Order: sequence, then structure tokens, then C-alpha cells
Amino acid sequence: MTSVLYDVPGPRAIARNRILAVVTILVVLGAIGFVVYRMYATGQFEPQKWYIFTFTNVWMGIFGALGKTLGAFALAAVLSLILGFVLAIGRLSDHAWVRIPVGVIIELFRAVPVLVFMMLLYYGLPVIGIDMDPYWAVVIGLMVYNGSVLAEALRAGIESLPKGQKEAGYAIGLRKSGVMRLILLPQAVRAMLPVIVAQLVVTLKDTALGFIITYPELLYYAKLLSSQQGRPILQSAFVIGGIYIVMCLILAGIAKWVEVRTRRSPKLKGYTPDAGGDPRIHGESTVTEVIAMQRGAGKFDPGSGVPPTNI
Amino acid sequence: MDVIFGNLDLWGEAIGNTLLVFLIGGLIALVLGIIVGAMRVSPVPIARGVGTAYVNIVRNTPLTLVFFFFVFGYPQLGLPDLSNTVLGILAIGIYTATYVAEVLRAGINTVPVGQAEAARAIGLPFGQVMTLVVLPQAFRSVVPPMMSVFIALLKNTTVAAGFSIAELAALRATINDAPGRPGNPMEVLLWVAIVFVVLVLAMSAVQRHLENKWRIAR
Repeated sequence: MTSVLYDVPGPRAIARNRILAVVTILVVLGAIGFVVYRMYATGQFEPQKWYIFTFTNVWMGIFGALGKTLGAFALAAVLSLILGFVLAIGRLSDHAWVRIPVGVIIELFRAVPVLVFMMLLYYGLPVIGIDMDPYWAVVIGLMVYNGSVLAEALRAGIESLPKGQKEAGYAIGLRKSGVMRLILLPQAVRAMLPVIVAQLVVTLKDTALGFIITYPELLYYAKLLSSQQGRPILQSAFVIGGIYIVMCLILAGIAKWVEVRTRRSPKLKGYTPDAGGDPRIHGESTVTEVIAMQRGAGKFDPGSGVPPTNI
Repeated sequence: MDVIFGNLDLWGEAIGNTLLVFLIGGLIALVLGIIVGAMRVSPVPIARGVGTAYVNIVRNTPLTLVFFFFVFGYPQLGLPDLSNTVLGILAIGIYTATYVAEVLRAGINTVPVGQAEAARAIGLPFGQVMTLVVLPQAFRSVVPPMMSVFIALLKNTTVAAGFSIAELAALRATINDAPGRPGNPMEVLLWVAIVFVVLVLAMSAVQRHLENKWRIAR
């Protein structure tokens, strides 16, 4: 890793870094040690506090709750991807009467906190006579929020593509739908894949909000366990927390892997929006225009008459 | 409208608490995030490792679970009593700090290596390389994503509703449980949603303004 911040350390810097390393270790060990000591002093390590995790039933319950979490996540992920595509295409529409309302919807859905939206579905709708299952409140809440975030990501992906892509599509006689479906979307999805997977991690984490509207998912089960005999509150939080962290790390690992792969892929060179850009894009002009300019430069240069040197 | 004017006291308390969690939590997140962000780019490998571990573990824990640890777990340790609001502020600060750290790191990484090299080549010492060349550029590219982090923080304050902290998202339960208060859950929650939409849109407007003002020409 190259860093702009420091040189290769010399002897004095090495000595200083060693001191800093020791200080870091001491501070971290001190903090962890204090928590462990408090846990020990309050009897958190006593077998009876962990006893509950020796029951097969408890583990069956944990797996059941895990299934509920993953069930809500899977459906919400699929639905939010679909909604994301629909909203992104609507947002890019040529017709103002489609584009503007869709833009407003995206902004609104992104601004309302997910939990408030879930509460509106779960506690609010019964007022007008619609009783909603917490499962659907969680799924729809996640779908609406993540769908609009994904829509913005897809739109950014499409807008980062060189203008020539779209022009070439029209030039070979495709219609608007064909240009979008065959040329723009596949490239945008590829370029935005890391963002999309990262958003899925957010979706997975946000299923834990279901706990607050009594959806019986993992965290809800942790709360249930912690009210059992011996009140193993910290213990269930550690076990359930471990499960969440492992699941999210797997997804985040996939995102990282996808990112590394897309960066290496020759098909995508130059389309990454923030990598310093496509060498073929020169300011606002398209590739075709640039080639035309370069062709013309020597012969019809209207300027000084001096042949352009190295551009 | 009854739901607002009949419960003005509750609305005041709820908005006050939401802003309290937002501001103090944001302050903790900023201070801790700067420390962790500095650790993540420091030349000390162990500090980098600790920073990375902290960011990876906390960022992959749902915020609700972080709250669970603090609000339900902390009292188990037999330490001095803290109110739920204080514990919630700590939880949201420690959670958001990971995002602040990542934004800072990304911001420093956007400064091209050549900039620092050029600064060193003309003989500037480390302090001037940082204060005159690297940090001003990093700061400019950091401000817009940092605003996004704080917008997310504002929305995340709603999680506190699940842990008996009387902020905006908990207002429905508060009004519901108090007999004789006007308003049904639908009305309360719609107004809460509107408050958030207004606050978030205002913050995004600031963000867009800063983004345009501080765009770097490279």
C-alpha cells in the first residue's frame, strides 16, 4: 500500500513507531482487560450464564430465527433490486411527467428512516383497517428504502458511461429500450456491482430493525433468551452478534472480491467512475468528436499554423 | 393538527431528545472517528490492525445490536448507572465512528501521491506537506460524504425508539400509552416522517451546496 502520508521510516521514525505500537497495545489491552475484568467480577463467565446454550432446543430456536432473518433479507433484497431498476429507468426517462414524480419518490423514500417506514406499515396501517404482518412490514420497509438507494446507484452508473456508448447504440439502429437493455444497463450493473453488494450488507443489517416491531428474527430471539433463567443478556448478545458479524463479513467479502475482479476486468477498464476517468473522454466531447478533431488537427488547423506537438 | 397542538410538550421533548442524540452522538463519532481514521493510515502496523479490526467488527454489527449491547448489556457489568439516553448516545457514537473513519481514510487516499511527492521535492518538511498540500485537498473531498454520514446518523437515531429513549420514533408509543391524548398512530408517524424528510432534505441541500463550492479542479 502506498501512502502519501509518510516516507519509508528512518531509524528515529522506527524507534518512535515502536513506542507508538507499544502504547496502542497497552491502551487496547487495558480497555479489553477492563471489560473482561468487569465481566468476571459480575459473574458473566459462570457456567450457569452460558448453560442455556447447551440445549439443542435453544440452538433450534436460534436457527429458526436465523431462517426468519435470512427469509426477510432474501425477499427484501430481490424486491429492492427490482424496484431499484424500475425507479432508475423511470428517473432517466425522457418524459418529464415520469422523471419528476419518480425523482420525488426516490428522494422521499431515502429521507424517511427505515424504522419509521416499518412502524408506519405495522402500527399505522391498522388505523385505516389494514392489518400488516411484521414480516411484510420489514420486507416492504427494506424494499422501499434500499430500492431507492439502488436506483440512485444505477443511475450514477449509467450516467458515468461514455456518451459514445449510447450514440453507437442508436447508430446501429437500436431503439431506446434496446440501447438501455443491451448496452447501458449491463455496463452500469457491472460498474456498480460493488455498490450493489455493499447495499445488500446494509439490507441484511437492517433486518435487525424488525426486532423493534416484534418480527421474531435473530435479535428478537436474543432478547427472548436473555429473559430466561439466569438472565444471560450479554451472553446471548455475544452469540447472536457473532452470527450477524460472520454473515455480514461474508457478504462484505463478496463485495470486496467483486470489486477487485471488476477492477481487473479488461471489459470494464475506463468505465470506473472515480478511477481518474476514461482516457478516451476528453472534456465534454465524445470519442467520435475527438477522433474527428485529431484527424483535422494537422491539415485544417485554423490556429497558428504551427503543427500541434504532443497533445 | 390536534396531534401536534394537543401534544406540544411531548413533541418538544421528542425533538429535543432526537437532536440531543444526534448532536452528542455525532460529536463522539467525529472525535473517535478521527482517532480511528488516523490509526488506519498511520505508519504503525499494530495501530492499523487495531483500527481495521474495530471498523470491520462494528460496521458489520447491526446498529440495533450495538444498542442491545449498551442498553441491556452495560447494566450487567455493575458499573455506575447511566440513563438509557446516555447509553444510546454512546452506542450510536461508537457505531457511526466507523463510518467517519472510513470517509476520512478514503478522503486522504483521494489525494494523488504526486501531490505529496511534489511537496517533498520542493523541500517542504512533513508538517507543511500535511497542512499545506495534503489535508486541504483531503478535507475538501471529505466534506460531502461526511454530510452523508451525518444524514445517516440522524435517521439512525430512530433506532433508540426500541430502547425506551423518548425520541421522535418513540412518540407513537408515548402518545398511545398516555390516556386522553389526541392522535392515532398513523397521524403521529406521518408527522414524524415529515419532520425527518424536512431535516434530511435540508441537510442534503447543505451537502450539495458544499459539494459545488469545494469541488477540486484536478
